[in-house]
Amino acid sequence: MAAVSLHDVRKRYGKTDVIHGIDLDVSDGELIVIVGPSGCGKSTLLRMVAGLEVVTDGEIRIGDRVVNRVEPKDRDIAMVFQTYALYPHMSVFDNMAYGLKIAKLSKDEIQRRVDEAARLLELSGLLSRKPAALSGGQRQRVAMGRAIVRQPSVFLFDEPLSNLDALLRVQMRLEIKQLQRRLGITSLYVTHDQVEAMTLADRLVVMNAGVAEQIDSPMAVYAKPATRFVAGFIGSPGMNFIEGELHAGRLLLANGDVIVPREAPVHSGEVTAGVRPENLAFVEPQAADFSLQVVSVESLGAETLVHGVVAGRSMASQEGSDVIAGVAGRSLAVRAAGTLDVTEGDTVGLQVAPGGWHWFDNTSGRRIPEA
Amino acid sequence: MVRNNSLATVLTHVLLIIGIGIMCLPIWLTFVGSTVTRAEIVHPPLPLWPGDQFLTNYREALFGGRQAPVLQMLWNSAIMAFGIAVGKIAISLLSAFAIVYFRFPGRQLVFWTIFMTLMLPVEVRIVPTYEIAVNLKLLNTYAGLILPLIASATATFLFRQFFMTVPSELAEAARIDGAGPMRFFKDILLPLSRTNIAALFVILFIYGWNQYLWPLLITTDQDMNTIVMGIKRMIPSADDYGNWPVTMATAILAILPPALVVIFMQRLFVKGLIESEK
Amino acid sequence: MAERVVFRSVWLPWLLVAPQLIITAVFFLWPATEAILQSTELPDPFGLSTQFVGWDNFDYLFGDRYYRASFLTTAIFSLSVTALSMSMALLLAVLADSVVRGSGVYRTLLIWPYAVAPAIAGVMWLFMFQPSIGLFPYWLKVLGYEWNHVLNPGEAMSLVVIASAWKQVSYNFLFFLAGMQAIPRSLLEAAAIDGASPWHRFRTIVLPLLSPTTFFLLVINVVYAFFETFGVIHTITAGGPGQSTMIMVYKVYADGFVGQDLGSSAAQSVVLMLIVGVLTVVQFRFIERRVHY
Repeated sequence: MAAVSLHDVRKRYGKTDVIHGIDLDVSDGELIVIVGPSGCGKSTLLRMVAGLEVVTDGEIRIGDRVVNRVEPKDRDIAMVFQTYALYPHMSVFDNMAYGLKIAKLSKDEIQRRVDEAARLLELSGLLSRKPAALSGGQRQRVAMGRAIVRQPSVFLFDEPLSNLDALLRVQMRLEIKQLQRRLGITSLYVTHDQVEAMTLADRLVVMNAGVAEQIDSPMAVYAKPATRFVAGFIGSPGMNFIEGELHAGRLLLANGDVIVPREAPVHSGEVTAGVRPENLAFVEPQAADFSLQVVSVESLGAETLVHGVVAGRSMASQEGSDVIAGVAGRSLAVRAAGTLDVTEGDTVGLQVAPGGWHWFDNTSGRRIPEA
Repeated sequence: MVRNNSLATVLTHVLLIIGIGIMCLPIWLTFVGSTVTRAEIVHPPLPLWPGDQFLTNYREALFGGRQAPVLQMLWNSAIMAFGIAVGKIAISLLSAFAIVYFRFPGRQLVFWTIFMTLMLPVEVRIVPTYEIAVNLKLLNTYAGLILPLIASATATFLFRQFFMTVPSELAEAARIDGAGPMRFFKDILLPLSRTNIAALFVILFIYGWNQYLWPLLITTDQDMNTIVMGIKRMIPSADDYGNWPVTMATAILAILPPALVVIFMQRLFVKGLIESEK
Repeated sequence: MAERVVFRSVWLPWLLVAPQLIITAVFFLWPATEAILQSTELPDPFGLSTQFVGWDNFDYLFGDRYYRASFLTTAIFSLSVTALSMSMALLLAVLADSVVRGSGVYRTLLIWPYAVAPAIAGVMWLFMFQPSIGLFPYWLKVLGYEWNHVLNPGEAMSLVVIASAWKQVSYNFLFFLAGMQAIPRSLLEAAAIDGASPWHRFRTIVLPLLSPTTFFLLVINVVYAFFETFGVIHTITAGGPGQSTMIMVYKVYADGFVGQDLGSSAAQSVVLMLIVGVLTVVQFRFIERRVHY
């Protein structure tokens, strides 16, 4: 068991900076998910913690040790790879036991640990098989087993579920979460899948282009995205954005139109306003802030996604209403619970839910605090 | 395939059998020649069916010793072929491992130095190579037979290609499991290369066995001759009838080991041949 | 080149490449350098000292009628061997590819001559064509033709070509067969449905799709004929009669070891190295196109 801390960690390949200085403190037993689009540097960051990549600058601590120059095997970590990286010519047992044999553990101890891990992962009947004779889910478990038997202080997961089909992914996600809770081992988990990230994480690190945009609990990230990037990345479908100039509580759009939100921060300058699809509510035309011409309806049973274009103001602008005028032609996504009685071509009235607006400074991309 | 004509099928088989007949004819006649008496050969035509002197001729070839120590030559050939195959595979595995799994200053230079030898056969630089071998006192030694012929990059190239198809995560997983480079090489890379090594072994064994010019130069002592080159001295000259049956028996003995390797390890042989020439 | 680097060590990689580097240096770089040096030197008649003569050996070499003839001999020999063995192999491969039953047996019977050493192949063909005792000269005599490759240059050349080509058929056959089996059956079936005759299918589909294999084999066969047929020549004709089968590799040997003309032999080695260099470049271009890193 150990805490992990990263202090201003940087990575440079030749002249290209790929990680721009990351600070992160992981407390003992915590499950941290590092999420971001491909190429954002999340895997590189994890591999630096593992010791597979050299840290260009900064400091990585595992427990109370700086491990920058420590060999992977001496870092007291275990890693689960995206491709599992099982040794194809070894049986399941030997795959799990390999590291222990190298560490010169006694035969009995190796047997005990592998058996225990196999029982935990329901692999007991498969120990003599070769990886080629296993299903994708079973291979994934063996990869987990290989990590568990080492009894490391830190687990590192590099997109461990991305080679599984959707159903198995959901199941394994739950198992990993339970396992991690049960073993209480500090874990760093890299994924590009935001659902995986939201459901697994104690805290999320949202990365983009080598920068940690936000480090916070999943709900905090969702409710108060720290940057425009995070706002767009977390949540599906993504947040609807409108750019303009905020001045005295009014949002001036480039084409001269004006939006007067119910709530706006005390701020002046170029901003982006965002509303999540689920924060738009269908209302009677009289109460609507604006109307939407429906382009497509995706009924998922539990919820309905409506994509449409803003058709213009449906009613006179009133003081205190969210008027999205002049944004005619702009595409918006709306998400509503249950089924809806709308079809393509309909025009419906919409209203922004209270607290539904998010504001971001265009220069810094950072969130503008509410008034 | 679309096939509607059984006549065409029969014709194809007939043509194939004729082709095989032509391909196998020299070997058949050699075999026949090794089973008849000298008198039968001296008075053409040679019969087309084997005679009854099989045991006599092969016994004389193997143990007669009057012409050349064939048994000793077979032994020398075996050592040479084995030495070349094992030596090439060993040095190639190691250098390919270094080139693929390490980065070190001078790596490119090493790479190109080795790969320059890819196609330069020993025949081309035969005279100076011979002089160097003589200076190094390699004349009439097994080392002299073997060492100069293991300086080729084909096997290194093959292993490099293969190593590059091994996922790098395997090496990383091994590193996290605590395996150092040599441990990874021994526990993971070698077992994974098993088939490639076997296939290459088959090819190199035949290559080594069939060497001619180099043994011709480097072995002046009859007891160090290999069978493939030793047979040259057994060929009767044009106006001397010599002992053709024993020569032919020796030829068959010289073909037998590599031929058995090809036939019984056909799958490996074909794989080795096709991969080593990629 | 896609590279991956996993292990770090300063001395270990050098230790690993050392055996191959040492062997390469001693038996490849050193002799090659020697050859280049010797090609610019002339030893005195007693072999006690040498003298730098610059391009003289090369001037002499290219002024030598026999050397120029050896170029031509090599060209005729290699092209004949390549053409003969490749066409025979292609024919057999087409036949073997088209049979459903027994193709495994045919393959086994056709590939094992690969195991025969060139020198042994030479001995076997010599046995068949030996003017006084050979089966073929006997048959030819019955037909009214007097075969004697010991005296007749044309016959000598034919015999070494046939013997060398015979030995290489197996190799070519294997590659042609593999190439043909890699052609999707659906293509041929589609062509058959379109009404293309077997010959037409072969000419318009099989042959074009085989062209990479064919080109590859072309280079390999030329290399084979250039360098690996020494044993055939040495056992059958020893370059004769009258230098008519004196290919370049054989001449390096004959001038260097039999004639003891080291300067000329070294110059010939250098010329051969250049030829190999060209062939290697051709080969490498091909490899680059075919093998994806």
